[in-house]
Amino acid sequence: MKDASSRPGPSRRNFLGAAAAAGVAAPPALSRATAAPSKAASNGRSSFTLNVNGRGHRLELDTRTTLLDALREHLQLTGSKKGCDHGQCGACTVHVNGKCVLSCLSLAVAHEGAAVRTIEGLAGPDGTLHPMQQAFIDHDGFQCGYCTPGQIMSAVACVSEGHAETDADIREYMSGNLCRCGAYPKIVLAIKQARAQTRERV
Amino acid sequence: MRPFGYERVGDVASAIRAGRDTRQGQGDAPVQYLAGGTTLIDLMKLNVLRPERVVDIAPLRTRYADIQVGPDGLRLGALATMAAAADHPAVQRDYPVLAQSLQLAASAQLRNMATLGGNVLQRTRCSYYRDPSWSACNKRAPGSGCAAIGGFNRNHAVLGVDESCIAQYPGDFAVALVALDAQAELSGPGGQRVVSVESLHRPPDGQAHLENTLLPGELITAYRVPASGWTRRSLYLKIRDRESYEFAIASAAVALHMDGQTVRDARIGLGGLAYRPWRAREAETLLVGKPLTETAAEQVARVALAGAVTHGDNDYKPELGRRTLVRALMQTRAMEI
Repeated sequence: MKDASSRPGPSRRNFLGAAAAAGVAAPPALSRATAAPSKAASNGRSSFTLNVNGRGHRLELDTRTTLLDALREHLQLTGSKKGCDHGQCGACTVHVNGKCVLSCLSLAVAHEGAAVRTIEGLAGPDGTLHPMQQAFIDHDGFQCGYCTPGQIMSAVACVSEGHAETDADIREYMSGNLCRCGAYPKIVLAIKQARAQTRERV
Repeated sequence: MRPFGYERVGDVASAIRAGRDTRQGQGDAPVQYLAGGTTLIDLMKLNVLRPERVVDIAPLRTRYADIQVGPDGLRLGALATMAAAADHPAVQRDYPVLAQSLQLAASAQLRNMATLGGNVLQRTRCSYYRDPSWSACNKRAPGSGCAAIGGFNRNHAVLGVDESCIAQYPGDFAVALVALDAQAELSGPGGQRVVSVESLHRPPDGQAHLENTLLPGELITAYRVPASGWTRRSLYLKIRDRESYEFAIASAAVALHMDGQTVRDARIGLGGLAYRPWRAREAETLLVGKPLTETAAEQVARVALAGAVTHGDNDYKPELGRRTLVRALMQTRAMEI
């Protein structure tokens, strides 16, 4: 299948990306905010720095913005998915300081100073997939793919946090990620394949 | 979500100052503390909680997240995460009921986020409370009635309820704490005080919107669990609709101090059945000084659920609660220590 970005004409992702970028660039306060410390302004907006996948991003956002919306709508990191938006499905799972958390139940402004890692930050600099990503492909650990970024982030954390010793442990510690397609058995197989390599890498 | 002011505080004195103007125990207070955020952000998105100010106390974790096990007991910092306490080897060894109550709760992601302080204060999962399109909810809108009485109430409480509210306390950890006589260390405008965890949650008393007994600006900073002869022989049995990542429909926290075949002392907490973390004291005293047989366990369980009040869909709960407690008692007795 062709990459969506190489298709002629507007794609949904290109359109959304361009519109969001315009939205970020528009407020004149942005350039002034760069030197200011993290603070909630009285107009309901906050300026702060978010460290995502090793890169700092200066943001000036509505204080209500969740970490998930900041990633998807303002940093164009659309790998993390919005499923239920209430912490019940796990599609939005990212790592904060090495632990898996739900970005939909996190305020972006509360994560200044934290190291956020998303699915986009898993592959190597040359694009080589993380062993866990490769294992999900090798075992068909998905069908529609919508829950997959969250599954993979939880899977990496399941191993790195030391809870992937047995099949029962893997199932218990992956239970916060729902898969409507029912790929669960293959997800367990993928985690077992990538377990040793993930331990070395994380 | 309604707009709010956000403030991050670096010390407990600033946190207390920021919250001191709210009213006592008020569920819809205009100032809300943010720690893990797993309840607060969810309920703000649902428009159930509409704080004017959110005070982020996460930076306090540098001072209030320690877990210490000593000869006198266990001390758990209120800003320790559920995962940190659940994974702590000494908690698992010496206080298995506490570790299990945390391991069996929520999901890996939520346990990494949620703190022990916020976990104990988590709000009910009553669907009518969580959905403001239902106008009748005494917990959300004082005096408006209770849509759960006469509505869908399969997951609602049967112990400690009244005609104003039958919401169920959804947590597990607080049930284990209450069973073990745990105390909470509080810091507030009047200084520090220590209260029993059991006294933190109010009965409905016709005022279901008052969630707890904390004073305005008061924060839980730690829990103390006294060492005793029953903490090692303890377990948490949780019955639920699916095997993982689900709230209890019935649960039992049991701790036994055995002298051979005879019970020297017993502690029983019940979850998934009650309006607040429930201690079954009368049932405990019935066990003392006797051998723990299945017949004795059944008798004790009948006493523990004797006050149950059901509302139709939850008619099954007293029997499920009795069977859960009997099984928990027999499993605890059989533990090899």
